Amino acid sequence: MTAELGQIALILALIFALVQAFVPLWGAWRGQENMMAIARPAAFGQFCFVAFAFALLTSAFVNQDFSVEYVARNSNSLLPLVYRISAVWGAHEGSLLLWALILSGWTLAVAAGSRHLPQTFAARVLAVMGIISIGFLLFSLLTSNPFSRLLPSPVDGNDLNPLLQDPGLIIHPPMLYMGYVGFSVAFAFSVAALLSGKIDRDWVRWCRPWTHLAWAFLTVGIALGSWWAYYELGWGGWWFWDPVENASFLPWLAGTALIHSQAVTDKRGTFQGWTLLLAICAFSLSLLGTFLVRSGVLTSVHAFASDPTRGLFILAFLGLVTGGALLLYALRAPKTVTGGQFAGWSRETLLLINNLFLTVAAAMVLIGTLYPLLIDALGRGKISVGAPYFGLMFIMLTAPLVLVMPFGPFTRWKQDGLRRVLTRLGLPLLAALSAGGITAIAAPESGLRGIAGVAGGVWLIAGSLVYAFGRIARQRGWQLPRGELAMSLAHIGVGVFVIGVSMTETISTEKHLAMNPGDQADIAGYAFEFRGTEVLRGPNWVADQGHFIVRSGERIVAQLYPQKRHYRAGGDIMTESAIDPGITRDLYISLGEPLDDQGRRWAVRIYHKPFVRWIWLGALLIAFGGLLAATDRRYRRYRRTGAVDAVSDDGTARSLA
Amino acid sequence: MTPTRKRRLITILLVLAGVASAAVVASFALKQNMLYYIHPSEVLAQSLPPERQFRLGGLVVNDSVQRAGDSLAVRFSVTDCSAVIPVSYDGILPDLFREGEAVIAIGSLNADGVFQANEVLAKHDENYMPPEVAETLKTAGPACAESALDR
Repeated sequence: MTAELGQIALILALIFALVQAFVPLWGAWRGQENMMAIARPAAFGQFCFVAFAFALLTSAFVNQDFSVEYVARNSNSLLPLVYRISAVWGAHEGSLLLWALILSGWTLAVAAGSRHLPQTFAARVLAVMGIISIGFLLFSLLTSNPFSRLLPSPVDGNDLNPLLQDPGLIIHPPMLYMGYVGFSVAFAFSVAALLSGKIDRDWVRWCRPWTHLAWAFLTVGIALGSWWAYYELGWGGWWFWDPVENASFLPWLAGTALIHSQAVTDKRGTFQGWTLLLAICAFSLSLLGTFLVRSGVLTSVHAFASDPTRGLFILAFLGLVTGGALLLYALRAPKTVTGGQFAGWSRETLLLINNLFLTVAAAMVLIGTLYPLLIDALGRGKISVGAPYFGLMFIMLTAPLVLVMPFGPFTRWKQDGLRRVLTRLGLPLLAALSAGGITAIAAPESGLRGIAGVAGGVWLIAGSLVYAFGRIARQRGWQLPRGELAMSLAHIGVGVFVIGVSMTETISTEKHLAMNPGDQADIAGYAFEFRGTEVLRGPNWVADQGHFIVRSGERIVAQLYPQKRHYRAGGDIMTESAIDPGITRDLYISLGEPLDDQGRRWAVRIYHKPFVRWIWLGALLIAFGGLLAATDRRYRRYRRTGAVDAVSDDGTARSLA
Repeated sequence: MTPTRKRRLITILLVLAGVASAAVVASFALKQNMLYYIHPSEVLAQSLPPERQFRLGGLVVNDSVQRAGDSLAVRFSVTDCSAVIPVSYDGILPDLFREGEAVIAIGSLNADGVFQANEVLAKHDENYMPPEVAETLKTAGPACAESALDR
C-alpha cells in the first residue's frame, strides 16, 4: 500500500501547490487579504505531503520493497542500511522527489520568515514558488513516478550504482539541490518585485540572506562533488570540466555575481535592473543544469536518465519559467528601474568589474558546454570541447578578478581616490611579492602559473586580513559586523583556493606503473613499496586489497591500502583509492588492474598532490562566509525610510558590502 | 557632449571592446580544443591527417586485447561492425573496459594507421553507454554485436 499512498500524497501536494500558486496571486491582484492569507497554510500543506511521500519512498527502500520498480532498480538485499537511505536519491525519480522536497522546504522557510514583509509581496513570492513546485510535481507524476509498481515483483534488486555507495555521495546531492533550489527564492523575490510594479531597494534587502544561504549550500555541494570525484573515481583529478560539473558551476557563477550586485542595490540603489536579471539568470541556469543532467543529451558521468520526454518536459518548463520572467522584466523594468550616480573609481565600479568578469566567465562556460549540442543539432558531426578550452578561458577571466578583489572592501562607495586605497594595500602587496619569490625559489618547476597563482592567493588573503583587522581596530573592542567578517572569510577562502589550485595543477607528480610485490617506486622524495594484495570481504563486495608502505628516508610515512572492489549484485568493478592526506601534500594510490593470471602483478597509479586539500578548504571557507552573511541581523529588519546605512542595535553605523 | 555622456560612451566602447576580444579568444580556443567523434568506418573512408586529434568510438573486438609483458602498454581493436581500427595505449584502462563493450578512445592516427590513444574512456556502469557509440551501433543494426565482434 505504501507506494499507492505515496502517489496519492504527491497528487495532494500538487493540489496544494496549485492553490498556493494561484489563489494568492489572484488575491494580490484584487487586493483581497483572505485570499493572500491562503499562501502560508497552502505552503505548509504542500510541504507535509511531499515530506510524507518522501518518507514513504524511504521506508520502501529501508524495508526492501522490491515490488516498487524504483527500489528494485536501485537497491539490493545486501545493501547496507545507510546506502539504502541514500539510494532514495541515487537515481532520477527519487532525486527529483528530493528536489521537490527541498523546494517545498525552502517555501516553508520563506513562508515562516516573511511575516515582517508586506502581505501582498509575501503572497506573490510564495505564489511564484508554488508555480515552480507545480512544474516539478507534475514532472514527477507525469514522466518519472518513483512509486510505480513492478509486477511480478523480483526476488532481489539490481543494486545501487557502486560509485554512489560512498559517504560523500550521501550528502553531495542534498547540498547541491539546496543550492540549486535555493536560488528559486531569489527568483521568486525578483518576480514578485516585478509583479508589484514598484521596484525599490527593499526587496533586495529581504532577499539577500536567502541568496547568501542558497549560495553557501551550492558552494558546499560543488566542493563535495569535487572531493568525491577526487577520491572515488581513482583518477586523482578534482575538476574535469565535465558538462554536468559545469551545469552546477554556472548557477554558482551567476549566484556569485548576484550576491555582489545585491550588495550594491541594497546599499546604493544602483544596478537594480541588473540585480533582477541576475536573480532570474541564476535560477534559470539551475533549471538548465537540471535539463542537461536529466535529458541525457550530454555525454557525462552523471547522465543517468536518457529519456527524451523528460528532457522535453524540462526544456518546456525552462522556457516557460525563464521566458515568462524575462518577458515580465522587459515589460516592467524599463519603467520602474532607477539608478544612482557613481564616479569612475568607487566601490560600485569595482563591483561592476566583478559582475562583468563573472558573467562573461559564466557565458564562456555555457558556450563550451552547449557548443557540442549546437553542432550536433546542425548535423555537423559529434564533437566534444576539451578541458584546455575551459582552463584557458577561466584563468584569463579570473586572474583580473583576483587582482582587483582586495581593492573592493577598502574603496568607498560613490567616489574614492586610487592613491588612498593603494596606501592601505602596501602590506598585502609586499606579502604577495615575497610569497611569489619564495615559491620561485622553493618550487621553480611550478612555472609562471604556479608562482603568479601563489602570489595572487596571498594577495587576497593578506588584503582581506589587513582589511578585517583595520575594521576591528577602528571598532574599539573585538567586534566586527558579521557581514564584514563573512566577506573577509569568503575572500580569504578564495585566496586559499587559488593557492591550492596553482600548486596542485603545476607541481603534482603522476605515475602509472606496473608493479610486482616487493617493487619500489620513488616519487617526489617518497619511496612507495608494494607488498602485494590480499582478498577482503565487505557486506556486498569482495576486494583485492593492495598494501603499500611509503617511506621518506628511513621513516615510514604511511601504510596505504587501495582496493579493487567487485560488487556482487551488479557485477561492477570499483576502484577505492588510498590517500594519505596532509596540509601540504596528499599521497594517493589507486589500483589499476591485475596484469598477470596469478593476480600478483598490478597496474598502479601513484600521485603526489601538493596543497590539494587547500582547494576544498578554500571552498568551505567561502561557503562559511556565505552562511555567516546570511545570519547578519541587519537583513531581518524592515526598513521604512530610504536611509542608506541602517543603524545597528549597539548604535554603530554598519556598512555592508 | 556632456561629461556624463562622454563617460558613458567610453564605458560602452570599453565593454564592447572587451566583449569582442573575449569572443575572438573564445572562438579560437574552441577551435583548438574541439574533438570530433569519429567511428571506425568513417576513419577508413576519410583520409584523416596523422597527428589530428579525435575521439574514436565503438566496441572492443573480442580477443583483441594484448598486453606487453613488462610495461602498461596495451593494444586492442575497436569496431563499429563494418570496419576495425587497431588502437595502442600506454596506461591504465578504466574499470569497466571489457572486450565486447563500448569504448571511446581519444588520440590520433599514426603513419601505420594505428590509433595512438592518450585517454581511454569506458562506460560508467552496467547500463550506461556513451550516446555516440549507442547511435553508431543502432545504425549498424542489431546483429552487429554478435556477428562483428568475433572477427
